[in-house]
Amino acid sequence: MAIQSIERTAKQVVLTVQEYSLFAARALMNLFRPPIYWTDFLIQSDIIGFGSLPIVILSGFFTGGVLSLQSSATLSEFGATAVTGQFVSLTMIRELGAVLTGIMVSGRNASSMASELGSMVVTEQIDAMRALGVDPIRKLVTPRIFATITMLLFLTIVADAFGILGGAAVTVFLNHQNGTQYFNNAYEHLALPDIVQGLVKPLVFGYIIASTGCFYGMRTTGGTEGVGRSTISAVVNSSVLIIFVDFLITHLLLSLLPA
Amino acid sequence: MSQATVPVPQPPPPAPEAGPVVALHNVAVSFDGPPVFENVSFSVAPGETRILLGPAGVGKSVLLKLILGLLPPLEGSVELFGNDISHMPEEKLFPLRARAGMVFQEGALFDSLTVRDNVAYQLIQEGVRDEEIDARVHDALRFVGLEQTFDLFPSSLSGGMRRRVAIARALINQPELILYDSPTGGLDPVTCETIIELIVKQRDVRATPSLLVTHRLQDAFTLCTHRYDSEQGRMVPLPDGQINRNTTFLMLNEGHLIFDGTLHELTHSTNAFVREFLE
Repeated sequence: MAIQSIERTAKQVVLTVQEYSLFAARALMNLFRPPIYWTDFLIQSDIIGFGSLPIVILSGFFTGGVLSLQSSATLSEFGATAVTGQFVSLTMIRELGAVLTGIMVSGRNASSMASELGSMVVTEQIDAMRALGVDPIRKLVTPRIFATITMLLFLTIVADAFGILGGAAVTVFLNHQNGTQYFNNAYEHLALPDIVQGLVKPLVFGYIIASTGCFYGMRTTGGTEGVGRSTISAVVNSSVLIIFVDFLITHLLLSLLPA
Repeated sequence: MSQATVPVPQPPPPAPEAGPVVALHNVAVSFDGPPVFENVSFSVAPGETRILLGPAGVGKSVLLKLILGLLPPLEGSVELFGNDISHMPEEKLFPLRARAGMVFQEGALFDSLTVRDNVAYQLIQEGVRDEEIDARVHDALRFVGLEQTFDLFPSSLSGGMRRRVAIARALINQPELILYDSPTGGLDPVTCETIIELIVKQRDVRATPSLLVTHRLQDAFTLCTHRYDSEQGRMVPLPDGQINRNTTFLMLNEGHLIFDGTLHELTHSTNAFVREFLE
């Protein structure tokens, strides 16, 4: 019985991965084939981009502040508090800006995508759309993916900027250090590979967030309880996938573009 | 009584050379378990209205979804407008589906869109001009008697009104086939009659072939024994002994199609379940 249960679970996992791959590939291919629903893209961009701005600004600012507090405490032991700016800016731009924004947007938008599409599935609205001759993947999924990829790039830049500002605020007002030195240090040690790394990640994370959210929403079964399950699966899987893929991208980019 | 002397206009019989609008050949459907039904074969001819009867949970709604390719068959083949859609890719199915209309069990209206945008959904996707959309939506809503709901959202409509808006949405593009999934399920008798009248009107005025799923025998018999009188603007009974020739019956039970025939054949069937169902 136990072996059968393991076998069934393994098959289910493989099937889910296969279905997700086909779904995500089909949605991605639609980005390059007409018709593209530009109005839906703009609506989703507003919801995902502008709607996520407050949480991204706040989380970026306070993460930068915490980085500055923690790093200056350690760096002061070596008399190197002057490099706080470099530490904060590199950490935010190369790593935390993209990952934190990705996880924030995942919590906010992957959940809303899964619950919205899941509700449409259980009330037969998706079937009605298909019956009316409209492709729900093209109409609902592709604009969300396109909008999330685009908006996450800009949100990450905003998070990076506010993270560096948060670090500066702590450096100047709590640690009583020179602000000009902080910004100079932050800017001078930035190199192209750091920027590339920071801007490639949100493109991939955006794709993961939207495709995972829509995938779990579109395969919802089991009524309103099923919508809840889909929402949880979307947030958990997209967050874990973001961290896992972040590791892979970092490893790959560090080999291709050494700092 | 005077109705007996009035000549009853019957929809024109389908041309003999015209192929069926829908044809199922030995179809079986399964969802990770024993088949929901198997060896189901029947067809819907041009101008024909078929009423699918059967107890709840027997797979009547599944059968409708199968006809539009919303579900794939496990075995057998499904033909829609002369095309075998059994293994057709989703992208090729969309133009075929756009030629048909479907009324879902609970209406399945898009709850974030107004009645106007719901009814006009297909036209909006086709890029039809706003003025033409508004005119056609008004026509469709007038047909179902709900012109005043134009700007409302589905949440502010009653169950019966939602069902009628769903009928307007299914009819707006002059479909070549209409599928009704329990359009009167869970509604009060007055609303049921209003909806059945709309179905009779669509059948007699536009002669659109249709397949109607129901477990309400009363609705099924009303469809057979009534016609739409355009002059009076309402549904009237056919004279005694007359029935609509193009309205016939199917019955599903325990995974099999157990009946396919006319009202007369249905009421004289010797099948034990059919007899029990009718009683």
